[in-house]
Amino acid sequence: MSDLTKLTLKAALDGLAAKSFSSVEITRAHVEAVEAARALNAFVLETPEKALEMAEASDARRANGSAGPLEGAPLGIKDLFCTKGVRSTAGSKIIGDFIPTYESTVTQNLWNDGAVMLGKLNMDEFAMGSSNETSAWGPVVNPWRVAGGNAKLTPGGSSGGSASAVAAELCLGATATDTGGSIRQPASFTGTVGIKPTYGRCSRWGVVAFASSLDQAGPMTRTVEDAAILLTSMAGHDPKDSTSLPVDTPDFASFVGKSVKGLRIGVPKEYRVDNMPPEIDALWEQGIAWLKDAGCEIVEVSLPHTKYALPAYYIVAPAEASSNLARYDGMRYGLRVDGANLTDTYEKSRAEGFGAEVKRRILIGTYVLSAGYYDAYYLKALKVRRRIADDFDQAFEKVDALLTPTAPSAAFSLGDRSDDPVAMYLNDIFTVTVNLAGLPGMSVPAGLDGAGLPLGLQLIGRALDEGTLFSLGGALEKAADFRAKPQKWW
Amino acid sequence: MAIDVATVRKVARLARIAEPEDRLETLAKELSGIMNWIEQLGEVDTDGVEPMTSAVHMPAPMREDVVTEGGDPEVVLSNAPKRAGNFFVVPKVLE
Repeated sequence: MSDLTKLTLKAALDGLAAKSFSSVEITRAHVEAVEAARALNAFVLETPEKALEMAEASDARRANGSAGPLEGAPLGIKDLFCTKGVRSTAGSKIIGDFIPTYESTVTQNLWNDGAVMLGKLNMDEFAMGSSNETSAWGPVVNPWRVAGGNAKLTPGGSSGGSASAVAAELCLGATATDTGGSIRQPASFTGTVGIKPTYGRCSRWGVVAFASSLDQAGPMTRTVEDAAILLTSMAGHDPKDSTSLPVDTPDFASFVGKSVKGLRIGVPKEYRVDNMPPEIDALWEQGIAWLKDAGCEIVEVSLPHTKYALPAYYIVAPAEASSNLARYDGMRYGLRVDGANLTDTYEKSRAEGFGAEVKRRILIGTYVLSAGYYDAYYLKALKVRRRIADDFDQAFEKVDALLTPTAPSAAFSLGDRSDDPVAMYLNDIFTVTVNLAGLPGMSVPAGLDGAGLPLGLQLIGRALDEGTLFSLGGALEKAADFRAKPQKWW
Repeated sequence: MAIDVATVRKVARLARIAEPEDRLETLAKELSGIMNWIEQLGEVDTDGVEPMTSAVHMPAPMREDVVTEGGDPEVVLSNAPKRAGNFFVVPKVLE
């Protein structure tokens, strides 16, 4: 049965449709894989009984001819998504043993399409981190190791559990979220595919909020086609999220395999940063050559405000976070630490419940929004954000998509960068611009570095033009022919 | 711009996070490091630039002002740290 975990989502759906195996069979194979992989710490909650129950119901639906597009496929769910009756913690102690009484729209869309939930995936606390080390549940371990070594590497963050589980074949695909790079950087670190769609494509309803104007859900999978299938189910207009776009969701899978001949691809010169490892630069050149071979026209473009994106992000995101996380006061749900009076109870509950990085960001956010600093910091950052979005608008007058590296390094050792917040923030240097502008961005595995670790390339598209990204992602995937897998040690 | 210990104490208070006195110095250094790095935004000419307050190009949607869900106190209270009947129990708010 263990071979069933090696299938792509597409192959599994085909096999289920052909009745080569049942949902119960493929779900059981994944439940066993999850149990055997606890050393990765990818799951914060395994739900095997619920998974098998859902699989049985799925098999029954298929038997009576009412199979959905994801019928019977076992998936992992990032713990940021509220799941009805199943503990949801966002990687934080302050949420305690919160059991949602409602289901997030994105996960409800998956269940409506027939998918099966294997459990909840580990993540950085409130999605604030790039290495999964801020999780209250301890860091996730990357299934990849340096060739010949056994040091524990980060799977990236914040969607580290999603990345690790997909790369280690513990699920056919996973949900993830991306506020500054939290889907794409872990995808690059684990040799998986991840797409952050256009802001507003997926509903944020029932997803624990970090920075509301930047947060967006998306899939992580092992192939571009699988990402397209999963995103088609996750996306869609939702009246319960006022920023959800009232647009139809295309069949994204129909774009995979389409010719990319004649597309104009921009290469932003500002992404050639100092100290970039030569291997990443070389892979980028290789990616340019692959797209050229596929018939694309390569155009150098300029995004002059790129270097200001991260500092602007570290005002906008903490400001929104400090406001969003004000709700965790220990009164209605979550952790309460009793104090001498109401204020003391608030302060003790929040001191005990939030981890160091979350506290840091709340303090930064509170500071930049406080009287006397609002104009100098917050308003300034919103103006810089506009300039960054304008840069993209100008580039997209000349090109159809952009090609860049996903991250400035391969996966690093756990503990390596946890002492220096700014060094950690620099992980998102190539990804964060896309969140500020609200655009879609996808990471596709493109090669291995000299140490045998995966590296990804990023495609950035116009708003609502994920289709072009899926075509280009498919072309890159085909050219790269990335087949490497982590050697099983767990 | 350097953030001093007094500012950290004030901001922590505003954020309702109890930070012990012996942590303030370290936090002041960390936050100053981050804010110094952020200062580079001052280089960007933003004269006459409209602040970007939303990533979607659409007006806020309107809906009918009617109750859509509700009327189930058990659901609302199911995760309460403390409850009495159909109420949350909280520390005394008025002295």
